[in-house]
Amino acid sequence: MTVNEILTWVRGPAMQFALVIFFLGVVVRILEMWLLGRTPDLSLARRSGFIPGLRTVFHRSIPAPGLLQRQPLVYLGGYTFHLGFFISLIFFAPHIQLFYGVWGIRWPGLPAYLIDFVAVVSIAALVALLVHRFVNPVRRYLSNGGDYLAWLVTFLPLFTGYLVAHESVLPYAQMLTLHILSVELLLIVLPFTKLTHSFTLFLSRWYNGAMAGRKGVAS
Amino acid sequence: MSEKDTLLDNLGRHGISRRGFLKFCASMASMMALPPGAATVMAETLGKARRPSVIYLSFQECTGCLESLTRSFSPTLESLIFNAISLDYQETLQAAAGTAAEAAREQAMKDNYGKYLLMVDGSIPTRDGGVYSTAAGKTNLETLEDAAKGAAAIIAVGTCAAFGGIPYAKPNPTGAVPVSDLIHDKPIINVSGCPPIPAVITGVLAHYLTFGALPELDSNRRPLAFYGDTIHDRCYRRPFYDQGKFAKTFDDAGARQGWCLYELGCKGPTTHNACATTKWNQGTSFPIESGHPCLGCSEPGFWDAGNFYSALSTTTAPLGAWSGAAIAAGAAIGLAAGAASRHTQKEAKQAHHVVTAEELKNKEEQS
Amino acid sequence: MSAKALEHGINAFVEQIDRPVASFFNSCVHCGMCADACLFYTETGDPKYTPIHKLEPMRKVWKQKFTFWGKLMYKLGLSKPVTEAELEEWEPLVYDSCTLCGRCSLVCPVGNDITYMIRKAREGMVAAGHAPDGLKGATIRAVEIGSPMGVTWKTVQAQIKHTQENTGLQIPVDQKGADYMVIMSSMEIVNFPEYLGSLARIFKEAGISWTICSDATEATNSGIQIGSSDIAAQLVQRIVDGAEKLGVKYVISPECGHAYTAIRWEGPNLIGRPYPFEVIHILELLDQLREQGRLRTEGTETARMSFHDPCQLVRRGGLVEQPRRLLKMVASNYVDMPDPGIWNWCCGGGGGVSANDRADALQLRVFSRKKSQLDTARVETLVTCCANCRIVLEDGLEHYQMAIPVVGLTETLAKHLVTTPQETAKTETEQGEG
Repeated sequence: MTVNEILTWVRGPAMQFALVIFFLGVVVRILEMWLLGRTPDLSLARRSGFIPGLRTVFHRSIPAPGLLQRQPLVYLGGYTFHLGFFISLIFFAPHIQLFYGVWGIRWPGLPAYLIDFVAVVSIAALVALLVHRFVNPVRRYLSNGGDYLAWLVTFLPLFTGYLVAHESVLPYAQMLTLHILSVELLLIVLPFTKLTHSFTLFLSRWYNGAMAGRKGVAS
Repeated sequence: MSEKDTLLDNLGRHGISRRGFLKFCASMASMMALPPGAATVMAETLGKARRPSVIYLSFQECTGCLESLTRSFSPTLESLIFNAISLDYQETLQAAAGTAAEAAREQAMKDNYGKYLLMVDGSIPTRDGGVYSTAAGKTNLETLEDAAKGAAAIIAVGTCAAFGGIPYAKPNPTGAVPVSDLIHDKPIINVSGCPPIPAVITGVLAHYLTFGALPELDSNRRPLAFYGDTIHDRCYRRPFYDQGKFAKTFDDAGARQGWCLYELGCKGPTTHNACATTKWNQGTSFPIESGHPCLGCSEPGFWDAGNFYSALSTTTAPLGAWSGAAIAAGAAIGLAAGAASRHTQKEAKQAHHVVTAEELKNKEEQS
Repeated sequence: MSAKALEHGINAFVEQIDRPVASFFNSCVHCGMCADACLFYTETGDPKYTPIHKLEPMRKVWKQKFTFWGKLMYKLGLSKPVTEAELEEWEPLVYDSCTLCGRCSLVCPVGNDITYMIRKAREGMVAAGHAPDGLKGATIRAVEIGSPMGVTWKTVQAQIKHTQENTGLQIPVDQKGADYMVIMSSMEIVNFPEYLGSLARIFKEAGISWTICSDATEATNSGIQIGSSDIAAQLVQRIVDGAEKLGVKYVISPECGHAYTAIRWEGPNLIGRPYPFEVIHILELLDQLREQGRLRTEGTETARMSFHDPCQLVRRGGLVEQPRRLLKMVASNYVDMPDPGIWNWCCGGGGGVSANDRADALQLRVFSRKKSQLDTARVETLVTCCANCRIVLEDGLEHYQMAIPVVGLTETLAKHLVTTPQETAKTETEQGEG
């Protein structure tokens, strides 16, 4: 098979496969969690936890007092990486076309040189976070294979994506193939690793805020 | 035309001066990025060229490649060169037909055995013994194998001959294959494109005639001189791509301002050809310049590479049905898993062990 | 410990895993920020005290029993079950280095309520027989005697007598139909009996109808601390029975952190039904009285005062504003220490840690954080409203040779209580007659 034919396969059946695994995996994971249920709290609430829960979903993104100073890299690096990842994903024109093809909606994008910059900064943040994971005693103690795998499958799409536009390593067709493959890898791996936090974090934050909120604490 | 005529003689008869010929050689050499001095070598060698025999076989093709080469307003140098070689067989162009034409071909092959250049356009059907394309009672398959035996080299003209082209596209009912799938013992050069640029064909010929060898080829056997870069790399609209200025429809403001056609499905980034530099119709224009996205026609499998009007970043997978099915399957598995979990929870509750103060006292005696 | 005990423990883990727990485990990304919020990590630098790490055995059970991948790995033998040795290794992590203070839960970027999970993990630990001896002893006493410190009704009676003598007021006992039922922690009864006297005086001025119940004096709940819902329910039931017997409208939770958590937030879930009465914390009541003008004070403390927020009352209990509103009535030189309010640092002795002598050294070591807070704010007198915090603070201050008195909030308010002329007149009349 030639390079372009592999690219066509990667854009087609391989993507199909990855998305099927992704949807399957995510739905199973959500249902597995959801169906465990929760016994209702019979204690008298000071107020409904619903709004506090919702508030915490957003508010928890703000670092707790004193903790930004203690671990600036975790917060700053973490936000830089996440923001950069999403900006490159959502505001790069070729990606917008991809979503347009799937959902029929599109939105304005950012110029490629800005996306470039954002991608480089995100990659740098990711690398810094990896180093921190090795070097900091708590993170090193906690980290396992799953953490490193999650890092890798997140790093590869950013890295290969950047290289598609900069054909210094491999030509466009080869690099695009690798990039799409790396995205497919991410999709397949996501439901089975801590990357599920990408959707469960909303529920966790909501519970946190609701359980504290019903007691009258803004968490 | 006398067989003893040199190329230069022939050109002179058509009013092309030696000077004009030298200019042609210089431009051809420069287009192929040949070293300095090559132009002179080319001029001397080509000028003395004894009109080598060329057999041009057309198989499962649309004749577009030939049309590209020969259709022009006025006789071009390219077409003159082409005519000036001894084109001993070409079904469309030749006057002869039928058994006489076949006989002429077989004679030319015998006379020039081991030295003639074989040019092929169109793919070769192989299913059911290759019956889906025959000429003079023989399958294309037989004809190719026969002609390849005495050829010095084979030029596969057009994407069909080079990579299978449109007959090769799904579901490929005739079992069409490119030349390189059938012939393994002769040098093959793929001059792909649907159709190829005329100057590319003649450039390859000129190189072969001058140096007696095929030019440097890429991994798809295409001459690097013409297929080394992608359209994207040489496209004049590249600044718009870089700035993120894309035409969204064929007649919106962006389109009218000549913005990048990536979002309209341009395959420029993954297509190797000389369209962006050499262009078409003696350098008049090329598809992108005319406002149409590149189809990627010089690449293998371009007919099956997704919708022509869908960007390279889109997926060609039929997402709708499959996603729905995956979610439904996930729901089924998830509900089953959830039911199993509920059962585990219920069992655990039933097996609840009541912790008592007694037990805390007698920890050592627990059994 | 036997295989059966281990089975009980794992079973308890399974029972405890609910949707929030699964969501939390699914969300954890090993960012380690919980460690940076945890007293036991920040003051020791030992990564094993990372809060989420304390939950490792329960996480394994969740993975192996409730996730597709985990179940598969378990079946294929690629993931091992939780062992006796692991529970033994984790016991000090779950009990000695965690006071259920809740800072980690406030800090986790993905919103995990790690405290919620540690409380649940203790159910598994204690069912497997893995709990600190000191805490076991306290729990046994609580169940059998009625108090973790061995306080009996006799002791309470003695304190009631002392209080009546000191205040000149009657302490109502077993008064059916009273509005408020007062319960106390053993610590208050034994170490800080002025609490009862303060209540008597304040309630007199405010005109509160209240009573003590002889069957239900103990507010603390060792069951919560050791992590046995069975025992915790048993202990709560005593209070509920007493309150129902006397037909009171409110039960007042005293100056004790975990007592409040037990009776206010866990109680109805432990006994399986809502109460026919309301639980109100003494600070809530005092704040209400203040608002209604029924709690009047005069004069102020001049010392530089600060407030230590008991974790279970403020961060985990919701009594965020009341303490300072009340304290500022009587403190003219009030300063907040760094990280006040819901961000305050645990005294280090809650959640059963102070009952666990194995944890003594660690507890004193991590007190360095409180010391640092007090040093920075240059506190002269420390006020709090939890008897356990008070004892722990006193021990810590002594260990670090800091001469800062620790006082209770209710007691401080009572010290400045404006008593009505009625009482004074009555005294005069009595004196006149006497």
